[in-house]
Amino acid sequence: MLQVRNLSRPGLEPADLDLAAGEALALLGPSGSGKTLLLRAIADLDPNRGQVSLDGASRESMSAPAWRRQVTYLAAEPGWWSDQVADHFPEPEAGRALFAPLMLPATMMERPVAELSTGERHRIALARVLVQSPKVLLLDEPTSGLDQGSTRAVEAMLRARLADGAAVLFSTHDEDLARRLGDREVRVRKGRVEGTTP
Amino acid sequence: MTATYIALDYTDLVLASVLLFLNAGLSVWLRLALERQFLIAAARMCVQLGLVSLVLKALFALVSPGLTALAVLVMILFAGREVMGRQERRFAGFWAYGLGTSSVLFAGTLVTLFALATQIQPDPWYHPRYAIPLLGMILGNTMTGIAVGLNTLTSQIKRERPAIETMLALGETRGTAFRPLLRTAVRNGLIPIVNAMSAAGVVSLPGMMTGQILSGVDPLEAIKYQILIMFLIAGGTGIGVVTAVHAGARRLSDGRHRLRLDRLADS
Repeated sequence: MLQVRNLSRPGLEPADLDLAAGEALALLGPSGSGKTLLLRAIADLDPNRGQVSLDGASRESMSAPAWRRQVTYLAAEPGWWSDQVADHFPEPEAGRALFAPLMLPATMMERPVAELSTGERHRIALARVLVQSPKVLLLDEPTSGLDQGSTRAVEAMLRARLADGAAVLFSTHDEDLARRLGDREVRVRKGRVEGTTP
Repeated sequence: MTATYIALDYTDLVLASVLLFLNAGLSVWLRLALERQFLIAAARMCVQLGLVSLVLKALFALVSPGLTALAVLVMILFAGREVMGRQERRFAGFWAYGLGTSSVLFAGTLVTLFALATQIQPDPWYHPRYAIPLLGMILGNTMTGIAVGLNTLTSQIKRERPAIETMLALGETRGTAFRPLLRTAVRNGLIPIVNAMSAAGVVSLPGMMTGQILSGVDPLEAIKYQILIMFLIAGGTGIGVVTAVHAGARRLSDGRHRLRLDRLADS
């Protein structure tokens, strides 16, 4: 589904990756090794070189916003552009439907962002991405700062999306999570994406 | 309508300069260590204004379109330098100077030409006695607005980076992602002129009108000119700030809707 060829940018050596529908790929490696750079480059958020395509259609054949609606990057520290949680959802009802499975109270939609914990913000940011139903999820440390229960809820949510045919590329420092959720693992070291292990 | 104009002698200026020496004396007495700066600044002012008066006298005598255009260009280049000087974080390379200067050039000349062509209509239309003071007043305010607007944009974009990048990552266009920041930057650039208009006549007597009254013009006539100038200044500032801030936002993003902070100089 997602094909990456010779993708490079400063700090990242040319990398190849393939991701099938329903497949989850874990990116492992020390901090600063280039996992975030790789995810951002696939989403075309920084100047980069190389060929990236989705279902045979190259990035360049569509506008960058159209690409990012299908191949969506979620930062490890997501941003907020308004005070209220609800302002970040085009249709708050659709967002609220995802709150319960992510172990978030429905009333959280009306809360100010500033009052939420890191873990709550993380899951709300994930819900904000999932309401758009992208085909490929590029998740930067999706469970960092989450307790065990919330981590399991996020995992279950992502499994459901995988079952629906989405693909997930996620970075993590949690080897157990990589094994549980990932179908394959990729190591990133000093800007080099090293061989995949099935 | 025109009352007597009281010309000043140089002895009048010497007499007034007593106040300056009083300031210098106070500085010595209170150990402010400002006396040198006071005297240097005053001397600089006298020399600068003296030179300007000679230049203006020559320009008014010649009424040459070429020389007037040259003077206009010099004024705009200085205004652009001032805009650049007031930035905490500058654009990298040529844009540090180019962005503010071209916005000042665009807004300042557009509004000045509009005023010369339709409201003031001197003969010839480029007569420096009208064109240069008019441009000077418009430039001064437009320059301040542009400097404030651009400074808001470049100083806050780093703080707003996570919000802007999150919107871009979710597939919003750069126009949507930058909108809240652009709104703040334009507002900040325009507030001084709103304040100036609100305070005019109550808190402050604007300089141009005061000058005309001192030179014997009827107050009813003087305020007409002042109101015209205020409208021109507001127009110039609005056009200039919107142009500069939007051009700045375009420069800080690219055709693939990415945030390009690498186009700001390192600070």
